[in-house]
Amino acid sequence: MTALHSRAIGRDLLRRDGRLKVTGTAPYAYEGPLGKPAYCHLIQATIARGRVTGMDTTSAQAIDGVITVLTADNAERLASTEDNELAVLQSDEVAFRGQIIGAVIAETSEVARHAAGTVQVTYAQEPHDVELSVDRADLYKPYKINPAYPTDTADGDVAAAMASAPVTLENTYTTAMYHNNPMEPHTTTALWDGSLTMWDSTQGVHSARSVIARVFGFDHEQVRVVCPYVGGGFGSKGTPHAHVVVAVMAARATPGRAVKLALTRQQMFFLTGYRTPTIQKMQLAADRDGHLAAIALDVVEQTSRIKEFAEQTGMPTRSMYAAPNRRTTHRLAALDVPVPTWMRAPGECPGMFGPEVALDELAEQLGLDPIELRIRNEPSVDPDSGRPWSSRNLIACLREGAERFGWAERDPAPGVRRQGDWLVGTGVAASVYPTYRMAVSTATLRYERSRYVVEIGAADLGTGTWTTLPQIAADALGVDVDDVDARIGDTDYPIASVAGGSSGMSTWGSAIVEAARAFRDKFGTDPADGDEAEGSVSPPTGKYAMHAFGAQFVEARVHADTGEIRVPRLLGVFAAGRIINPRTARSQFIGGMTMGLSMALHEQSVLDPRFGHVVNHDFADYHISVCADVGDVQAHWIDEYDPHVNAMGSKGIGEIGIVGTAAAVVNAVHHATGVRVRDLPVTLDKVLAQLTPN
Amino acid sequence: MKPFAYQAPGDAATAVRSVAADPAAVFLGGGTNLVDHLKLGVAAPDLIVDVTAATSNEITDDGAGGLRIGAAVPNSELAADRRVRDRYPVVAQALLSGASGQLRNMATTGGNPLQRTRCVYFQDVTTPCNKRKSGSGCSAIGGYTRYHAILGASEQCIATHPSDLAVALAALDAEVRVLGAAGERGIPFVDLHRLPGEHPELDTVLEHGELILSIDLPPLPMAARSAYRKVRDRASYAFALVSVAAAVDVADGIVRDARIAFGGVAHKPWRATKAEESLRGAPASDDSYRAAAQTELAGAQAQDGIDGGNAFKILLLTRTLVATLRDLAHEET
Ligand SMILES: Cc1cc2nc3c(=O)[nH]c(=O)nc-3n(C[C@H](O)[C@H](O)[C@H](O)COP(=O)(O)OP(=O)(O)OC[C@H]3O[C@@H](n4cnc5c(N)ncnc54)[C@H](O)[C@@H]3O)c2cc1C
Ligand code: SF4
Repeated sequence: MTALHSRAIGRDLLRRDGRLKVTGTAPYAYEGPLGKPAYCHLIQATIARGRVTGMDTTSAQAIDGVITVLTADNAERLASTEDNELAVLQSDEVAFRGQIIGAVIAETSEVARHAAGTVQVTYAQEPHDVELSVDRADLYKPYKINPAYPTDTADGDVAAAMASAPVTLENTYTTAMYHNNPMEPHTTTALWDGSLTMWDSTQGVHSARSVIARVFGFDHEQVRVVCPYVGGGFGSKGTPHAHVVVAVMAARATPGRAVKLALTRQQMFFLTGYRTPTIQKMQLAADRDGHLAAIALDVVEQTSRIKEFAEQTGMPTRSMYAAPNRRTTHRLAALDVPVPTWMRAPGECPGMFGPEVALDELAEQLGLDPIELRIRNEPSVDPDSGRPWSSRNLIACLREGAERFGWAERDPAPGVRRQGDWLVGTGVAASVYPTYRMAVSTATLRYERSRYVVEIGAADLGTGTWTTLPQIAADALGVDVDDVDARIGDTDYPIASVAGGSSGMSTWGSAIVEAARAFRDKFGTDPADGDEAEGSVSPPTGKYAMHAFGAQFVEARVHADTGEIRVPRLLGVFAAGRIINPRTARSQFIGGMTMGLSMALHEQSVLDPRFGHVVNHDFADYHISVCADVGDVQAHWIDEYDPHVNAMGSKGIGEIGIVGTAAAVVNAVHHATGVRVRDLPVTLDKVLAQLTPN
Repeated sequence: MKPFAYQAPGDAATAVRSVAADPAAVFLGGGTNLVDHLKLGVAAPDLIVDVTAATSNEITDDGAGGLRIGAAVPNSELAADRRVRDRYPVVAQALLSGASGQLRNMATTGGNPLQRTRCVYFQDVTTPCNKRKSGSGCSAIGGYTRYHAILGASEQCIATHPSDLAVALAALDAEVRVLGAAGERGIPFVDLHRLPGEHPELDTVLEHGELILSIDLPPLPMAARSAYRKVRDRASYAFALVSVAAAVDVADGIVRDARIAFGGVAHKPWRATKAEESLRGAPASDDSYRAAAQTELAGAQAQDGIDGGNAFKILLLTRTLVATLRDLAHEET
């Protein structure tokens, strides 16, 4: 791979869409430029399993302003019902509480919502089962884990190592159920006039198009998806959920008139995916010097009865540390619950909780510094694949972080530092995230009125794509970044992969580099107006194990009387290849770390097994860290250039920030108090009884 | 949201007449609680009578050291008032520990104490709730009880009252002035809210159509040294797990007098009279504070439930009371 000479890459450039956003003029999916749209509000099942035996829509139909009510009785039959999540209004079956069983289309959103509430539904209810536990008899081994990794791995003999090693640890750690909760709720505006135009809040216009085309049996040419701006997605907008199908049905029921559908925050807790809770049984065996003899993680988690999603929680354990004996397994319970999905760093995020807390516990048992323990178990090649690392700078991150954080002065004894009413402690954990590049993406480069224009159907979730793609194009062309425009977020532009797996820059950027090279080859440095070339990403070679690494440091304070936990300091150092734009990169890192803090201290979807739904389904009850919870958050990176990952030498950075944070927080809380919490979130009730008050 | 009629009269008598005449009418203050309930289907009135112009938005001195707070005074203004901050810091602290800046700008003195429970089942019309629908059952019992009561609950309802301001007002012996169809009356603030008993659908003793005109704070010199301590699941913007409003009068190492109320633990702001009693004349020490907490909490009953139930609140409240009194007494010397 020939490396790009970087001039624009690496510059701290302002977000190009910043002004539009802060002035409220960037059009989001709900704000499609339309005459007089109709509005759609969903009707949801209030049982978790059974059948709808009747829906009386008489009073809803009678309300002034109601256009029509869709139910399984009158909704159109879909061309493909292969994906059960999207087979909406196709039968009377209810597979989880909150499932869509109807929708009202009306002149205003208020009338639609009111009318939806007047529909009388009767059910034949069946007993439901929504409780995850390790001792369920029906746990099963999925065929693969997300997206296509082996379910289990084994090397050597973990049991033998556990039996013979001088130091061992065996503990169970749990992470909670989490909802993605992007700021912008899921919305779709759809217009049907023989072909479909959809303004959909999505992480990928092309993938949304292909899913909708398949479900309805449309040709791709019949469908246009537009989404220039997204108010966050965190994976929950990675693929269309059932409400998008309903929006299209509604549009087809009112041809020529656009229909708008926005989920309420409460509805998002049923319909747009979530992260499965995980139960992680962790085993470590080591010699007295801290060299691991065995590392094993057995994961139990959930999926829905109607569709499988197997979170790859064991993945990081396969690659992080050297040990001759290793095992990872995944077992699932298929429950009467909504369909889980990707949430920022699926696999790595929950999967670096148990192991990174376990390492801290092992370090304590050994009387070894937790950073030193990690350094002693640095693998020379990827223990999972046996491939060489394209680059691996975990140790550099740990060392630089230790330096910046002031780790050297740390007294390892837990529960001994006190400032006023507060117990103080510090903790560390490692971060990792694979460097993906998707197989498909194409960019067009055109010379237009003395400017270079890149077109690619990519997405900007608030991440910075509008700004960073021109930086890559500028360097690939050897021109000034101010002479380059990008156009994204529309299926009228060439195909682009979904913004997921932290792969966007790597994939779309590679396509742009190819397009720029083709352009220069064809037209030289003095192109004519309208000259145009195309380039596509080439699939990864698979020669190297490619990951970004990081180290996160946390200071925690715990109130000696009440157990209240505060985190005044978070510091992360990352090795993520070349940083394309430090401003947008820093936002990604500190955003991920803040979300990790939120996971550590607050977030938890409380599923009530009696009803089968998440009962704390709004922002007053589902706690996300607020400004007052977030102190000094710093993200740094080391100078890393990786020639193997792509032409830019860059690795993905959207997800690694959330990986490891929760473990570092729990480790710091332990250092502050001496109390080891193994179940997230770490809330005051989990430490209170073990604190000695003032 | 069900369609409704809207009025905004300029005087209290008209407002009362409109609401008293219509069983499906309600008053509207800042709307920060009621409007949510309209959207959720928890409230479905036919008529909404906005009383922000019908009631006073002023804080007036009663001449004897007390204050009269008009029902329309926004929470943010009440918290910022110099007299309130000097004479009753517990009130300002309670307000500022609640909600957010934007919400406090909208929320009113009349509406705040009448906000309804945050019980997740009450707010979800798809689950049974005796408070929302009399006789339908209580979903919280055996459910998600982290924010539920440990004092004074009944088999019909274990909800807590969510207001922080109300806890401070209960500690200070405030009085509520109300106007109803039958005329004006005063209600001691501690008697405004009810325990759930057999009728959890009733939060307060107010009759339908009774309008809060003002809340009166009596002169209470010891309240100049008062504090509100709220313990919650995040640093801001969360309801109390437990809270303590307290004022103490300590001299020569002895507690001469105390005013204490608890929040987050009962269907009403819980005036801790037993704790107050046990403190009077006791040495100002952690032992006395702990004994006071234990006396008050002797009858406390934890709830089991998913996510571990709420037994931790008994210990948490004990610790919080001890810490609050210790800090206040320390301030005093
Ligand atoms: C996200 C969120 C977080 C919050 N956090 C907190 C918190 O931490 N602590 C806290 O204490 N509160 C909190 N609140 C609640 C907030 O304080 C209340 O919603 C507010 O005080 C209610 O006042 P209002 O004027 O808006 O009442 P409204 O919503 O207008 O009315 C509430 C009730 O009072 C009645 N009413 C209003 N005025 C009168 C009157 N003069 N006479 C008789 N009846 C009247 C109404 O009919 C209605 O039943 C929070 C609210 C939200 C939305
Ligand atoms: S605790 Fe009260 S408010 Fe909550 S569900 Fe039970 S009856 Fe309803």
